[in-house]
Amino acid sequence: MDRRLLPAIVLLGVALAAPFIVYPVFLMKVLCFALFACAFNLLIGYVGLVSFGHAAFFGGAAYITAYSVKVWGWPTEAGLLAGIAVAALLGLAFGAIAIRRQGIYFAMITLALSQMVFFFCLQAKFTGGEDGIQSIPRRPLFGVIDLKNELTLYYVVLAIVLSAFWLIYRTVHSPFGQVLKSIRENEPRAVSLGYRAEHYKLLAFVLSAALSGLAGSLKSVVFQLASLTDVQWQMSGEVILMTLVGGLGTIFGPVVGAVVVITMQNYLAPLGEWVLVIQGVIFVVVVLAFRRGIVGEISAWLSRLRA
Amino acid sequence: MKSFVAGLSTALLLASAAQAQISDNVIKIGVMNDQSGLYANISGQGSVLAARMAAEEVGGKVLNMPIEIVFADHQNKPDVGSNIVRTWIDTDKVDVIADVPTSSVALAVQQIAREKKRIFLISGAASSDLTGKACSPYGFHWTYDTYMLANGTGNALVRAGGDSWFFLTADYAFGHALERDTGESVKASGGKILGAVRHPLNTSDFSSFLLQAQASKAKIIGLANAGGDTINSIKQAAEFGIVAGGQRLAGLLVFVTDVHSLGLKTAQGLVVSESFYWDLNDETRAWSKKFMERQKAMPTMVQAGVYSAVRHYLAAVKDAGTDDADKVAAKMRSSRINDMFSKNAEIRADGRVLRDAFLLQVKSPAESKGPWDYYKLLATIPASEAFRPLKDGGCSLVN
Repeated sequence: MDRRLLPAIVLLGVALAAPFIVYPVFLMKVLCFALFACAFNLLIGYVGLVSFGHAAFFGGAAYITAYSVKVWGWPTEAGLLAGIAVAALLGLAFGAIAIRRQGIYFAMITLALSQMVFFFCLQAKFTGGEDGIQSIPRRPLFGVIDLKNELTLYYVVLAIVLSAFWLIYRTVHSPFGQVLKSIRENEPRAVSLGYRAEHYKLLAFVLSAALSGLAGSLKSVVFQLASLTDVQWQMSGEVILMTLVGGLGTIFGPVVGAVVVITMQNYLAPLGEWVLVIQGVIFVVVVLAFRRGIVGEISAWLSRLRA
Repeated sequence: MKSFVAGLSTALLLASAAQAQISDNVIKIGVMNDQSGLYANISGQGSVLAARMAAEEVGGKVLNMPIEIVFADHQNKPDVGSNIVRTWIDTDKVDVIADVPTSSVALAVQQIAREKKRIFLISGAASSDLTGKACSPYGFHWTYDTYMLANGTGNALVRAGGDSWFFLTADYAFGHALERDTGESVKASGGKILGAVRHPLNTSDFSSFLLQAQASKAKIIGLANAGGDTINSIKQAAEFGIVAGGQRLAGLLVFVTDVHSLGLKTAQGLVVSESFYWDLNDETRAWSKKFMERQKAMPTMVQAGVYSAVRHYLAAVKDAGTDDADKVAAKMRSSRINDMFSKNAEIRADGRVLRDAFLLQVKSPAESKGPWDYYKLLATIPASEAFRPLKDGGCSLVN
């Protein structure tokens, strides 16, 4: 058996057994954010584009799913698809504007656009303003799978998130992913080899936005609410933190980062504002001492051992 | 385990007294609010203390079962709050949830509490939807709501001669709702709306908005905003000499702790609606003094409401002989609330607690006799007028 598959199999086993030990709703939150971080990582880790606007896709999709399921009475799966579709469209619009610039300008454009989405959500009637959309019903999936049971919902979320991981893995390791990496390393060279860098970047951006949307839609199904927290710029910051802590450009890094950050937020919640201070300190330590992030450092250490 | 054994042995000893049906042999009260952000002063640790004082009053025990109080910080985020409450109910065996300021969080908790059958004692949250569209057989809205704030202030001020209004409104749903509701009650009582100006959320410079308000010559400038926006607009209004010039400010969501941090010099003349003030009568003074000794601040209406709600809940558990949510809720509804906070108050079918509200004006520094002597009572709004009529809420529990 391929040795490289071992960590994946161990992780899968842990994920399957986890809800019997740890509280399932907490685990689902971790899964949603892990997916969000992986989607973000697709852009920052493999294309080298730092987006400060991913909250718009995450939150926008959460609102769309929430509204379509609650108000229009759509089934859960249709709500999820609607969320993804809207996130992808937003991604297309954002991407088309933002990829024309690089570095800090790219980041600022995405931030500005996502702030527009935030203010839209704050003002628009259908989002319920700062109350958000509450009590979203958990309709049965495909009309048969009862999502009211938290254990069932956990396995459904796990299955969806794992398929999305697989999609990300396949993307990264496909010829398309190779082109993305070459653009990250040296864009003019990729262009000189005949690749239309802009098209690749836009496609990666849309993919990343759609997957972030999936994460947001799932979150709104799990927590039965979509609120301004999801579209706020802090959310974009959090996902950057998760990705950097876990390890930029690694497959499992963002997952580990999400676990670390969400666990901290959850179990240190009684400390209130101090959570932000602790997060800040960890961020600084990671950036100064472990540039590759947790997973990045571990895999570098492992390859040193083999050498 | 220790408490379980202790509880079991006491229960066995006194088994003849009452066949108490208390889940997990403990009454666990979860106080969830803002412990560090903008609502920490109005709720925060003060609410935890208030719940503790209510528990201590009955000797820390009901039906010989110990009362335990836990608390958490929801950081004003509905997802954080709903996560905490789910964990509390599913794994920590919390029986009742109290306080929960910030309407978005309270609405999320209301739904979880309804689904999982837990009593929810709402004190900190304002949205009148909690007893309207989002009402629950287990949710009790104790202290105030947006309807009371809007109606109380609007109606009572017009009667007191403030018949022309100009609104300074935070430009989002909460601000719009406050402006609309207050405006309606002003018009209903014969007042006029001269205009309104919308400002973005979290504004630091109110000068252009305040100048428009000043130029409108309205007698009352209604502040349909909250938190930092209210504080900033009051401060800057003082700098423009708006109150000194004869116009009055009406804060639609202002708490006594806000007045404390603004200082009387800045806040003087401001008119507010609250359902509690420490210096109302001997009983409120006595309780507030005890609170002050431990918290180093006077109680807000939210904190006093938590005390009253927890007290009423514990009494209902005692009378019902169980902590079963359906039976306790029925008992809570059927008995009147009588404590230092409310006198002979009843709980309506939609969960709304009907009690008097007060229209208060902030004293000038000369009128104030000492620390925390901030308000003078302008009018008492009777319970029957203070809250939205039962039929208008759209609550499904009301036929």
